[in-house]
Amino acid sequence: MSDKPETRRIVIEPVTRVEGHGKVTILLDDEAKVKQARLHIVEFRGFERFIQGRPFWELPVLVQRLCGICPVSHHLAAAKAVDGIVGVDTLTPTALKMRLLMHHGQFLQSHALHFFHLSSPDLLFGFDADVSERNVIGVAAKYPELARQGILLRKYGQEIIKATAGKKIHGTGAIPGGVNKNLSLEERDQLLSEIDQIMEWARGAVALAKGYTLEHLDDLSGFGSFDSNHLSIVRSDGAYDIYDGGLRARDAEGNIIFDHVENEKYDEYLAEEVRSWTYMKFPFIKEIGPEAGWYRVGPLARVNNCDFFDTPEAEKERKEFKSLTDDKPNNITMAYHWTRMIELLHSVEKIQELLNDSDLQGEDLVVTGKRRDEAVGIIEAPRGTLFHHYRVNEDDQVTMANLIVSTTSNNEPMNRAVQKVAEDYLSGVPEITEGLLNRVEVAIRAYDPCLSCATHAMGQMPLIVELMDQQGRIVDRKIKG
Amino acid sequence: MSKPKIATTSLAGCFGCHMSLLDIDERILELAELVEFHKSPINDIKSFSAQCAVGLIEGGCCNEENVEVLRAFRSNCDVLISVGDCAIMGGIPAMRNMIPLEECLQEAFVDGPTVHNPTRAIPNDVEIPLLLDKVYPCHEVVKIDYHLPGCPPPADTLWEALVALLNNKPISLPYDLIKYD
Ligand code: SF4
Repeated sequence: MSDKPETRRIVIEPVTRVEGHGKVTILLDDEAKVKQARLHIVEFRGFERFIQGRPFWELPVLVQRLCGICPVSHHLAAAKAVDGIVGVDTLTPTALKMRLLMHHGQFLQSHALHFFHLSSPDLLFGFDADVSERNVIGVAAKYPELARQGILLRKYGQEIIKATAGKKIHGTGAIPGGVNKNLSLEERDQLLSEIDQIMEWARGAVALAKGYTLEHLDDLSGFGSFDSNHLSIVRSDGAYDIYDGGLRARDAEGNIIFDHVENEKYDEYLAEEVRSWTYMKFPFIKEIGPEAGWYRVGPLARVNNCDFFDTPEAEKERKEFKSLTDDKPNNITMAYHWTRMIELLHSVEKIQELLNDSDLQGEDLVVTGKRRDEAVGIIEAPRGTLFHHYRVNEDDQVTMANLIVSTTSNNEPMNRAVQKVAEDYLSGVPEITEGLLNRVEVAIRAYDPCLSCATHAMGQMPLIVELMDQQGRIVDRKIKG
Repeated sequence: MSKPKIATTSLAGCFGCHMSLLDIDERILELAELVEFHKSPINDIKSFSAQCAVGLIEGGCCNEENVEVLRAFRSNCDVLISVGDCAIMGGIPAMRNMIPLEECLQEAFVDGPTVHNPTRAIPNDVEIPLLLDKVYPCHEVVKIDYHLPGCPPPADTLWEALVALLNNKPISLPYDLIKYD
């Protein structure tokens, strides 16, 4: 042990207003300068292994139990892979549109939850606001109308999911080769009766996020920010798409690294590094390598990556957003919120379009094909690109499962954001206040990490922020049992 | 008189049970009239500083940290409720109980098709809590007063149960609110 055992350890546990549990540790040197800051995922589930042996048709309902925040994303990514297993490449129009409607309902509910229920308190009250006020109940007390809109936007998204998947959380709508129901006229009319109001609130949400970002641009530009590559799927014509498309990656300047990569080839382009101190892996672009090949996913990456939105209002908002950076990628971490609300508006536009499409009342729900033994399903989940890859044997049992969940891809970016905020705000300050530590969480929250999902292999993360000196304990860990 | 307090946590769960609680929608505001939210993932209260009337537990115990949190909930909550399949019987995460833990770790960190792990080392650090040999239901770790089944229990189930408890009435739930999927 050293002569200078001046250990300083502050624990905030768990990190809150994120979905799931996580832990941050910050090491300070003798001069109270930040030496190292890390975000750890501390739980482990083992899905990849324990679903081996299960019949493949269980996957869409089983694997979604990774995550109750955006179960539809896992439900649909698994369903797309399972379509591949049963040899179906093209769904019926009714089945495809029912899934799209479900997916946009999911984007609406998840983005509303993240923005209004979890993040808005930081934006409305400030990063240093009192803990007793800095939450959704506090928002409801001070901005009742805004809180109500957030709650009802989310509710509408959940109602869409219920109408398409049968249940708000962990539904069963997607089945191998299609869906198990269409949308009744009654369900449609009920949903349509509210859409104008929802659209109005969605516009308001974009205005709020945009106004906040522009007003605080000087402070936010550097906050937890850095240049990065960006990854998402895009439609074959370059349009924004969340259900189907090829993989596209751009660098921080906007140059294309790869484009329209077929889903089945994802593992030729991406790999995941394992590090000893967290259960969450670190994905990277193979061609560039683990050092510099990491990338961001999610709303910011998608809006940076796509060429256009195929709905008018979101496209108008995208153009305005991109004009801020002369059409180059925007690398501001806090800009995630703005792009998230642009996506929310796009999903409401898509929902309206779909609800008016009579294909949803079609009766042709399922197609069959020739059985295959391996398939990959990739979609965009609210938090970013989601990969499901399965192999099955002739008895229909899963023999291999590989899942790269959205939050995993943001592992390196979140760690960088934590490091940056820690260095900028905590380094060498005489007193580390609650508000300063909240800044670390604010940066993590921008990514809307689903630590619950990220847990699939890893576990959930209780977010704990700890400060300690450089002698921070190093003890060997053994696994019990 | 101050309002009774409620605390919630997610252990080895998927957060779906918390989402179902949020699915009471506008009634969240009514609930906020009835109770004060104490430690919960939806606010920034990180540890107990007061005794709570009700604690809601989502998820079972898969690591030592889950056990610590669950024990803290038992000591600080008058009534403890296991919410959902995972808390009540381990749920989907307990599917790993049939398989040696080492095999699960090996698959995730060494054998997976996209894994880049030249040293083949499995994460092992003082900062990540020890995994338990199995995933345990909450009532095997502490005394649990009520069990609300479902995956997740419907929002109305949570609402009816909470309102009854907070008004000192017996919880009576019709069949369709307590059936498991
Ligand atoms: S019971 Fe279901 S919804 Fe609740 S935590 Fe477990 S898997 Fe998620």
